[in-house]
Amino acid sequence: MSMSTRTLLTLICEAALEPRLIKDLQRLGAPGWTLSDARGSGTRGVRSAGWDNDGNIRLEVVCGRERAEQIVHHLQERYYDDYAMICYLSDVEVLRPQKF
Amino acid sequence: MGFDPVVLFFVFGLIAGLVKSELKLPPGLYDTLSIILLLAIGLHGGVELAEQASPALLGQTLAVLALGIALPLIAFPLLRMLRFPRVDAASIAAHYGSVSAGTFAVVIAYLLARDIMFESYMPLFVAVLEVPAIIVGILLAKGIRRDTDWKALSHEVFLGKSIMLLLGGLIIGVLAGKEAIAPLEPLYTSMFKPVLAFFLLEMGLIASRHLGSLRTTGPRLVAFALAFPLVGALAGALLGTALGLTVGGVTVLATLAASGSYIAVPAAMRLALPEANPALSLTASLGITFPFNILVGIPLYLSLAEWLAA
Repeated sequence: MSMSTRTLLTLICEAALEPRLIKDLQRLGAPGWTLSDARGSGTRGVRSAGWDNDGNIRLEVVCGRERAEQIVHHLQERYYDDYAMICYLSDVEVLRPQKF
Repeated sequence: MGFDPVVLFFVFGLIAGLVKSELKLPPGLYDTLSIILLLAIGLHGGVELAEQASPALLGQTLAVLALGIALPLIAFPLLRMLRFPRVDAASIAAHYGSVSAGTFAVVIAYLLARDIMFESYMPLFVAVLEVPAIIVGILLAKGIRRDTDWKALSHEVFLGKSIMLLLGGLIIGVLAGKEAIAPLEPLYTSMFKPVLAFFLLEMGLIASRHLGSLRTTGPRLVAFALAFPLVGALAGALLGTALGLTVGGVTVLATLAASGSYIAVPAAMRLALPEANPALSLTASLGITFPFNILVGIPLYLSLAEWLAA
């Protein structure tokens, strides 16, 4: 079985940003994404997701390295200063590279 | 008469949260309950509106709109005097200029339980009061700058959940009329208080979590969150009296002016003024002002309305 390497971009941030991020991803040409509700704790305190206003989301995108870096750069420039947000890249092996 | 059970549910939630109990309602329940409450309030208002619409209502609506613009303009200098940074002051002012539909539901239940009449088109005023403060708040923070994405923001503000539900309910109520709506009536009669009780239990739990952050936000915020509702209530009550509302109507308007938003405005502020500290405004409106209004404020505003009428 031949596997190809692609980049997984994982983004965890405030739920309030969801509509904006989706727009950004579409504009930046992300091939697809997976979104889930998340909770946790970090430098901005506990984000318990008990109700609308204090939840987090986790957004995952699998794409080529270049595109992932482009998205990360955009996120950093636009959101890092003011929002609770972390984001990391990792290499993943996929079966159908043409999808990503 | 004994304690109001609805208020006791709130106190129960507050205590359960403060003693760090395991009690937690499923996340979807809060949304469900708030949707039912808002729709019920809207429907009830719409049904009554269809029966007593009058040209005077337009003037009253405009006056209430002006109140929504004036409240943040009163709050902002007060907050600046308390030495809050400009952006934070503007954001908190926007929260207090706007209204809390939860507090509105409680004052309605309070008046109904006492058989006090009020103008039943009040839900219209809730919708009218929700928006202007957000715009005033953004202008106070930034002035008119081009980098504000007004298009995305107005989408968020005018098509937000609570406004849509209230206005949707109102319009359905107006179109359907009293007889056709009869099968749905339990929504705002027998069902209203039980739903409100569960809603307030959850609100108590949420409020207790925000009380925890008081230690970091300091006494200036507490002072504002306790004092401003009184200023707002006075402004609302005076306007209500000037508009010739009934004692119940004056109480509702005073309560609306005294309340601070904790749903629509925080979401809008997060997008429009991300540099403002959301912990400040949420702690104030949810942790302090909401409990204050529920436990102490509403009876106080009723006395104020009665005093002004006398």
